[in-house]
Amino acid sequence: MSLLDVKDLRVEFSVADGTVTAVNDLNFSLNQGETLGIVGESGSGKSQTVFSIMGLLAKNGQTHGSAKFEGREILNLSEKEMNKVRAQQIAMIFQDPMTSLNPYMKISEQLCEVLQLHKGMSHNEAMEESIHMLDAVKIPEARKRINMYPHEFSGGMRQRVMIAMALLCRPKLLIADEPTTALDVTIQAQIMTLLNELKSEFNTAIIMITHDLGVVAGSCDKVLVMYAGRTMEYGKVDDIFYHPSHPYTEGLLKSIPRLDSEGDELPTIAGNPPNMLHLPKGCPFQDRCPRVMDICRGDAPVLQPFSGDRLRACFSDHRSW
Amino acid sequence: MLKFILKRVLEAIPTLLILITISFFLMRFAPGNPFSSERGLPPEVMQNINAKYGLDKPVLDQYVTYLGNILQGDFGPSFKYKDFTVNQLVAAALPVSATIGFCAFIFTIILGVAVGTIAALKQNTWVDYTIMSTAMLGVVMPSFVLAPVLIYIFCIYFDWLPAGGWHGGGWQYIILPMIGMSLLYVATFARITRGSMIETLNSNYIRTARAKGLSYPYIIMKHALKPAMLPIVSYMGPAFVGIITGSVVIETIFGLPGIGKLFVNAAFNRDYSLVLGITIMIGALTIFFNAVVDILLAYIDPKIRF
Amino acid sequence: MIQKKANLEAVEKFADHLEVEGRSLWQDAYGRFIRNKAAMTSLIILTLVVLAVIFGPLLSQFAYDDTDWYAISIPPSFANGHYFGTDSLGRDLFVRTLIGGRISLMVGILGAVVAVIIGTLYGATSGFMGGRVDRIMMRLLEILYSIPFMFFVIVLVTFFGRHIILIFVAIGAISWLDMARIVRGQTLSLRGKEFIEAAYVCGVNKKTIVVRHIVPNVLGIVAVYSTLLIPSMILTESFLSFLGLGVQEPMTSWGALLQDGAGSMEVAIWQLLFPAFFMVVTLFCFNYVGDGLRDALDPKDR
Repeated sequence: MSLLDVKDLRVEFSVADGTVTAVNDLNFSLNQGETLGIVGESGSGKSQTVFSIMGLLAKNGQTHGSAKFEGREILNLSEKEMNKVRAQQIAMIFQDPMTSLNPYMKISEQLCEVLQLHKGMSHNEAMEESIHMLDAVKIPEARKRINMYPHEFSGGMRQRVMIAMALLCRPKLLIADEPTTALDVTIQAQIMTLLNELKSEFNTAIIMITHDLGVVAGSCDKVLVMYAGRTMEYGKVDDIFYHPSHPYTEGLLKSIPRLDSEGDELPTIAGNPPNMLHLPKGCPFQDRCPRVMDICRGDAPVLQPFSGDRLRACFSDHRSW
Repeated sequence: MLKFILKRVLEAIPTLLILITISFFLMRFAPGNPFSSERGLPPEVMQNINAKYGLDKPVLDQYVTYLGNILQGDFGPSFKYKDFTVNQLVAAALPVSATIGFCAFIFTIILGVAVGTIAALKQNTWVDYTIMSTAMLGVVMPSFVLAPVLIYIFCIYFDWLPAGGWHGGGWQYIILPMIGMSLLYVATFARITRGSMIETLNSNYIRTARAKGLSYPYIIMKHALKPAMLPIVSYMGPAFVGIITGSVVIETIFGLPGIGKLFVNAAFNRDYSLVLGITIMIGALTIFFNAVVDILLAYIDPKIRF
Repeated sequence: MIQKKANLEAVEKFADHLEVEGRSLWQDAYGRFIRNKAAMTSLIILTLVVLAVIFGPLLSQFAYDDTDWYAISIPPSFANGHYFGTDSLGRDLFVRTLIGGRISLMVGILGAVVAVIIGTLYGATSGFMGGRVDRIMMRLLEILYSIPFMFFVIVLVTFFGRHIILIFVAIGAISWLDMARIVRGQTLSLRGKEFIEAAYVCGVNKKTIVVRHIVPNVLGIVAVYSTLLIPSMILTESFLSFLGLGVQEPMTSWGALLQDGAGSMEVAIWQLLFPAFFMVVTLFCFNYVGDGLRDALDPKDR
């Protein structure tokens, strides 16, 4: 049985001008110890996917479909029930560690409360465990620093604190929403290394949301490529990187700057992301796709399995590229 | 934290000195003479009066003398009520203003914050809209329009409450003045609380707290309350000043023998030393209060302390 | 002083965001304001009020100080031309309300002008000079914040007489502190912007920099902020008038009318109602316009 099984996930938002379908029929599954990368541009719906699973959507959002965690349906659970799942079974870290930590509370309080509330530990026990975890994420002088406030830490250290906080209850699944986007590249590398180590140590499954393919290549087992709320492609990391089967993935891979490239201009994907309120009929990528055909403007392509466990939603034949 | 408190208290002292200096010299250089309203007095009598009140010495001497006296708590004699000192007059009027002011302040904060929190938690519902529209009305209605209306309704029409006077300060004499003084600030606090609560609850760190599986009441009490309080505490300074200022009008309307009324009468009577004394006392109170507010803010927000 | 901290912060935040592309930010804000129905309605009502106080008195046969001994404290009626009734000296209330409006609005606007001038000069100097001068000036500002200004105004007006100019100046002098802070902040941030450095490096002289780049950006914020200041000014003036420290008889203002009206509330309630109605509506509208401006500058989910 897989750890997390998501079927036909759909997230809609009611806004003044209509309804926006931010996530449209998403399907994926994750096993213990695996890392899934969800890749896409800003606004593609990646964050909303995981927010809906965690029950953290804004008030005007609605979730449809199914997400089974260890066989149990967790979508649209009551807040009380969901609180039992959060932090203990599924934990989450966010993009901007400065605003994601409470600036008015010492990090000792923010760490200990998780243990005291979920594991019933006493204050001292919680402090010891928290310091231990801060050591695990390589915060120097953890015993002294635990009594400090978030603004006294650097960006990279704050993100480590977030990671420590998330892993306190040894959750089976860690969701990381663009954890390194707000950090310097060198710090980014450190955080990714840390996550990989912790993954081995605690055997945590990870969902890694990012727009950075480098991050995906270095840490993920499976990849889900999203565009305008839909799955474009889904499969193992090596397959997708070496044999992309979707024009969008192709474009993403091509636009990674390479040191050995010649020429003056960096390749990009032409055009802009679509207006989610007024999606075109058919494939959402049609206006930017170099391989677009007439059929793409008719019905949207359905996700088709091929080559074993890969999925793609495209009409063009990738074998002939 | 302690260092901050010390620093803040020390900063208050030069402020106080400057206040005293400005006030003093303003009085001394004001045109007219406290005794010019008396029937034309022969110059010898004027000389005696000036000598008695020390008005014939050079200004700087007067200033130093005055400063010295204040430090011993002596604000000098009243120029108008010749049998009384400033201290005595203020001591008589202080309990009235202090009681009403204190009640008004507590009332304002409790009601304003409570109402604002309700509006925030029920954002964009009819509860919210009703509360906010009423608050808007409270903000534009000056106290001296509201107070007579209140008197008309409760004292004349319904005859439930006395229309004024102090009479030792029973609750029925306090309640209307208190409401008249506070309504503007209740409304302002309500609006501030609502805005602040909503903004805090939408912050990223509240989202993190939710992702940690913490219950909603816990999140509000431990994570949201402190940051939400910041604009509220910040506004306490201006609210305090405003309530004191408003007391001037309220005491006039309700015929209360408080400091506000004493001050205005003193100004009209050109009773310099009384005006000076009250200004300095109120100013000192304000400075002290602002220092307390700053210390509270530093307690809540660790970033301020460093 | 602005009683709504939110307005202050919104203006400061907007000032922070302004850059060279400041023009399109203004256009955005303008668009948001236009679409705010409450604000636009209030703006229209305010315009009507202004037109009324300017032209209204011309519609009446009475002057504001005509006493009619045969019509003391009579209720409103169309028949005898006293649309709003008369006051206790037989003067027509319609005309007096509108004339009073002229004074109140004038004081409000002029007081705001005084506050703007003092505040802008102080803030711009402090921000532009920077360093020690700036620090000292700001400490002075903090000290001034602690002083109960109203008391000084009462003293000033009592001692120096009730000239209307003095009232403008005194009221404006209470309120310039916030303006100084905002202008200083804006000047500081503008000074540090690269485009100023770039202009300087390109050989543009300091005076041109100030005129071409700094002044327009500062003026924008200042203009917006002064709109938020006007209702406070009107309230302060009416407060003074209520204490008997406002304009001299027979000239009147809304505050003075309110004081008269409050006194005779039981027997002649229209004397209170009409000026109160005008003042409350005007302040209401100014507040909605102010809120609209604040939302336009710093849109957040309300």
